This record gives sequence, structure tokens and C-alpha cells, in this order.
Amino acid sequence: MTMVYEDHGDEISDVPMRRIRFSVNGQKKIAEVEPRLLLAHLIRRGLGLTGTHMGCDTTNCGACTVLVDGRPVKSCTMLAVQADGREISTVEGLATASELHPLQEGFKEEHGLQCGFCTPGMMMAAKALLDENPDPSEEDVRWALSGNLCRCTGYQNIVKSVLWAADKLREEG
Amino acid sequence: MIPAPFSYRRAGSVAEALDLCTEYGEDAKFLAGGHSLLPLMKLRLAMPEVLIDLGPVRELSYVREEDGHIAIGALTRHHDLEHSEMLARVLPLLAHAAGQVGDPQVRHRGTIGGSLAHSDPASDLPATVLALDATLVARGPAGSREIAAADFFQGLFETELEPDELLTEIRVPVPAAGAAGWSFQKFTKRAIDWAIVGVAVQGSAVALVNMAGTPVRAAGVEAALAGGATPAEAAAHAAEGTSPADDINASPAYREHLARVLVERALLEAQSV
Repeated sequence: MTMVYEDHGDEISDVPMRRIRFSVNGQKKIAEVEPRLLLAHLIRRGLGLTGTHMGCDTTNCGACTVLVDGRPVKSCTMLAVQADGREISTVEGLATASELHPLQEGFKEEHGLQCGFCTPGMMMAAKALLDENPDPSEEDVRWALSGNLCRCTGYQNIVKSVLWAADKLREEG
Repeated sequence: MIPAPFSYRRAGSVAEALDLCTEYGEDAKFLAGGHSLLPLMKLRLAMPEVLIDLGPVRELSYVREEDGHIAIGALTRHHDLEHSEMLARVLPLLAHAAGQVGDPQVRHRGTIGGSLAHSDPASDLPATVLALDATLVARGPAGSREIAAADFFQGLFETELEPDELLTEIRVPVPAAGAAGWSFQKFTKRAIDWAIVGVAVQGSAVALVNMAGTPVRAAGVEAALAGGATPAEAAAHAAEGTSPADDINASPAYREHLARVLVERALLEAQSV
């Protein structure tokens, strides 16, 4: 994968590229990456899945959260080479061609977003919670989203959205 | 932010990790969960020439009950410690403290060994293992050796580990029946932040987070407790012998105040367990 980096005056290295296999939203992929490539950049630039946002680039904001083997991960703080052999899920994998995921519906129903920048990360962190705990309390939801920052909503409606989705998913069984 | 270029090697086992370490020496760094190292590399505060990825080393992810102690593999993730039923029963302080590290995403990647080997006095687990009188097991080319938690942390980002050693296991004695009370108190602004000050208590052992260049035992508090002091009386000694940092979050005087307040809360909570 061709990447363009800022020039920090590093020696132009001859570090060999690594070939990695992984799946993203169920599709198998092979990529050739420089070891220092971040997973977030592989997802956004290599795969063109720009639903995964990069906010802070410092492990703080959680906008870049994706699932790696079902675990929520800040993809700015993982190397692409560490995803070798893993299953990655991004926000693009939530909906089907015809139907929104209950989390997406919930964010719509409960006005869980304003600018929308944090939303993909919120949804993926929430998905990890609901996969593990289908009947969370409000406190469980707040705790599960404690690694995700939102500068618009004050979180109230995000929490409601996730609880809405939990109800819907339980109804659907 | 992109790390400086490095060579990437992957270890599938402890033996392979040690071989790679011998091959590259001080130019190499081990990569566990990467939640301390990768941010430093992105900021170019760390620029290792070789990264030895321990990701595939599954043999170091476990929690086992052994003869009188609990053995924890160094690559066990915080999330897995937090949700270990055995730890919740036998070492609730450690399970709880692991659940306070960073945020959910950090806990899904970060490992106990990585956190301890990073030796940041503001991290939660170094002080926790110090309060628990844990023993750390390091493996190197010459074999394994045990290091007491009290000797392990040498300073900010400095440990007793030799460059060719890998931290493999944390051994924690099961607290005696009379020392079952525990508490973990952490003062932060947001979940993701490091503790401005924190306190881990197990029985009458009291350790402080972020009150010096290393995690420290609150010796003055422990001595007062041994002399029959009440929690409030003992907590008055919390800042003795510490050297808290002066930074954007707090002045040393404020940290000393926090230490006294949090130690009292912790001792009271530990009494009620």
C-alpha cells in the first residue's frame, strides 16, 4: 500500500514491507504495509473505509474505535501489522444493504448525534458492549462509552440511543 | 502522527522473543499491548530500531491458582483480569484496579506485564502489585529470576529488568484471612487520564500512585496503623517520604492533600469489606 508520510527528516528506511492477511467486515483482504503504518490509516486510506474517524490521534477520543476480533480498539494506537490474522469490524459493517443496524436506528430515533464526528466510534464501542451484555443498565452504557469523547451532545442522547438499540436487539432476539 | 521507521519482528513464543532480544540487544523493544509504547513512538519520544511483537505469544495469557499464590501471565490483558472470576474471588483489589486502567478500549489491548515493565508511577497497576507484595518473574538467556515488586520499580520508566530479560509472570500471594480488606481510590478528571493521585490498600499495606518517581508504600501510614492508629490518624501520615510531581494537573501540596484524603477513604473502605 502506498503511503505518503510527513517528512520528519527520518532516514529513508529500507525496512521491508510486511504482507498481512485479515478480514474487514467479513471480507478477506491481503495488504502490503510498512510496519509503522497505523491500523487507522490502513482502514481509512488503504481500504477507503472513511467511516472510521481520526480525532485526536493520541488514544484519547475514541473516534477511531473499531472491533478487532470483537474487542473494541482505538485503531490509532495499533499497528496495521498487529491486525495480521484478525477480524476487523468497522462502522460500515453495521448496516445491511436494506436495513440499518439497531444502533444506527437508535442514534436516529433518540437524536444521538449532532455533528456526527464521534458517532462511528460511539457505535462500535456500544456494539462491543451489547455483544457482551445485551441488557445493560444506564451506568453500564456510560462506563462502556467512557473511552469515547463527544463535544456536542453532552452524552445524554447517546446513552439513550444505546439503550434504545439494546431494547430493539432483545426484542428481535 | 507516525512512528519513526523500525524493523518489525514477531515472536511466537517466549523462547523466540528472548532469541530475538539477544540478536538485537538494546536496539530492540518488546511490544505487548502497545498502549504505553505506541503513543511514545508516535510522539517520537521512543524510537526503537527494532520492535519485537509479543502479540502471538499466547502462553503468557493466564490467571492460575498455585500453591498459596496467584500466577498471572504477563501478557494477560486488563479486561481479562477485570473479568476473571477467580481474581474477583481471591484478589478483588487486582481485578478492580485492572478495571480502572484507562478506558474500555485501553483495557482490551493493554497488558499487566506491559504496564509494569513501562514503570510509570502514575499507572494504576504498579502501586497495586506493590500493595499486594507481588513477585515479578523475569526470564533471560540465563533462565528465570524472581524480583520483589518493592525492588522492581527503579524510577520513571526504569525497572530492574535487564535489556535481555522479559517479564513473564506476576505472582501474588493470597492475602491472609486478617488482611482481606481492600480498596482502590483514584482521583482523575476523565476516565482515560492517569491518576493525579491514587491509593491501593490491601489489609494494612498501603501503596500510592503518582506520589513519587516510582510507586511507593506509605510507610508512615503503615507504621501508624501498626501502632493502633485510626484511619483518620494514620492517613495524616500519607504524604510522608513522598516526592510528588508539580505539573499541569496539580501542585505537590495539592497532591499531598489528595493523598491524605484518599488514604483515609481507602482505609475506611477496606475496613468495611
